Amino acid sequence: MKYIIRKTASMAVTVLIVSFLVFLAFSVIPGDPAVAKLGTSATPEKLVKLREELGLNRPLPVRYFEWIKSFLFGDMGTSYSYGVSVRSMLAGKLPITFCLTGMSFVLIIVISIPLGISAAKYEDTLFSKITDVLNQAVMAVPAFFTGILITYAAGLVLHLFTPGGYVSYRESMGGFLYYMLFPALAIALPKTAMNVRLLKSSVLKEAKLDYVRTAYSRGNSTNDVLYKHVLKNALIPVITFLGMTLSDIVAGSLIIEQVFSIPGIGRMLITSIGNRDYPVVGAIITIVAFIVIFINYIVDILYQVIDPRTRRQG
Amino acid sequence: MKRKRLLNHKLIAGAVITAFVVLVSAAGFFYTPYDPNMMDAASKFAGISLKHPLGCDNFGRDILSRIISGSGTTLVIAFCTVLIGSVGGMLAGAVTGYFGGAADEIIMRFNDAVLAFPSILLALVFISVIGSGKYKVILALGIVFIPSFARLVRAEFIKCRSMDYVSSAKLMGASDLRIMFVHILPNTMKVMLSSVAIGFNNAVLAEAGMSFLGIGVVPPDSSLGRMLSEAQAFIFVKPSYAIFSGAMIVLMILGFSMLSEGLEAL
Repeated sequence: MKYIIRKTASMAVTVLIVSFLVFLAFSVIPGDPAVAKLGTSATPEKLVKLREELGLNRPLPVRYFEWIKSFLFGDMGTSYSYGVSVRSMLAGKLPITFCLTGMSFVLIIVISIPLGISAAKYEDTLFSKITDVLNQAVMAVPAFFTGILITYAAGLVLHLFTPGGYVSYRESMGGFLYYMLFPALAIALPKTAMNVRLLKSSVLKEAKLDYVRTAYSRGNSTNDVLYKHVLKNALIPVITFLGMTLSDIVAGSLIIEQVFSIPGIGRMLITSIGNRDYPVVGAIITIVAFIVIFINYIVDILYQVIDPRTRRQG
Repeated sequence: MKRKRLLNHKLIAGAVITAFVVLVSAAGFFYTPYDPNMMDAASKFAGISLKHPLGCDNFGRDILSRIISGSGTTLVIAFCTVLIGSVGGMLAGAVTGYFGGAADEIIMRFNDAVLAFPSILLALVFISVIGSGKYKVILALGIVFIPSFARLVRAEFIKCRSMDYVSSAKLMGASDLRIMFVHILPNTMKVMLSSVAIGFNNAVLAEAGMSFLGIGVVPPDSSLGRMLSEAQAFIFVKPSYAIFSGAMIVLMILGFSMLSEGLEAL
């Protein structure tokens, strides 16, 4: 319990620091938002009035607390380019990116755990050697290139899907999920390869320990020992890795959205950077940061649940 | 006792691939078969031939020449990024790790906050504030890379600062600065070396990703990520364009990551 409180406090501090940094970054930008908003119709009187309205003449810390307060209550400001609230712009797009991230995460787990255990089980066989080489190669392919290769192979050669033919989840849930499977795979593949390798070495390390010999001597089969005894311990480093990867997956989906023309927050971020639409950029970056920090927090807590040994040190 | 091998397969393979990539891109600064930006309408989408070993792109530019010069840009960016990141991280890590105290607490909290962030996203924040282009990408990525090096060096300094050789250096009257940079720093080099290699790996990946999104290197500089995003538009017509430029990125990453793993296993 003490541990959870300490972790929560440290998470809150991190959230404060990160959000302040994002706020600061967009406050020191050369160029005045009031000028940007008024454009050519700017007169000195109008500028003074608008600055007053936007609260730009108040000191920085005050503005920061105003901003974070309204942000937490869901008011993320107004887009410079479109004049609509950032919240309404994000509303339809966040679920798409979340879905992509979630699907890739599930794919990583579903593919890598059986593969990693089998690679350890059949250590020193051809199967294990082939997975080793494949892992090394797949790890080196960046997700956006995997995406392009998948577009080519699955889309243009095998005709499994129409490249660029994104199906909205409002139109057809099945079609949406099917289309998302390919970008999710593109993000998942390199991470899966890393995870298979990690799990394999982790299982092999565990398998040398005494409790495994004891489990065998009590008449358990290999699969019993592997899945019931070894896996639980071998998963500990894997969870750390998965927690770290989640932030990479989020970043990866921002890029992959571009490859598969998916209208998620990634594409919006890139367009907004191009338009210098800072409220939108700031909001997206802050949301992603909050999510990543929250995930790390959950991973830290999960760690305690799975590995009681860390509790004593906590 | 089994003696540790001086070299391992990964180290050798990684070194060979990296050497190949570096040599090819270094040569590109002095010679490319064609001017990488020279357009030639007659050879638009030309296939693989003796004249153009990897064919031509949508403007009739020689793909081989563009890959060579693009690798050069990517590698230079990666080199400068890692230089900024490792030197900055070394200084920050050395000072915080050696002295500890309140400054250490504050800088490390800050560090953790930055590390919790996907690095490419952080670089995007910088880019959206300072604008894109070769030098700005270097600056953005370099700063983003500092925390991970800082954490590593700090951990090594904490480990070393209570060791006997440090106390005896102190007894001899060596200044803090001398102990930090003459005595402790050389001992961190082994750890630094493999993380510098992995730093190159991440820098190549980040630069390619950013240029792919169109917010990294700007024309006329060619970069592998940029080529890949151009090639994506023509994947129906000329898939080999995307495959060749992507393959070069893969080769770079493969080289650096194997080199790093090899160094770590030493």
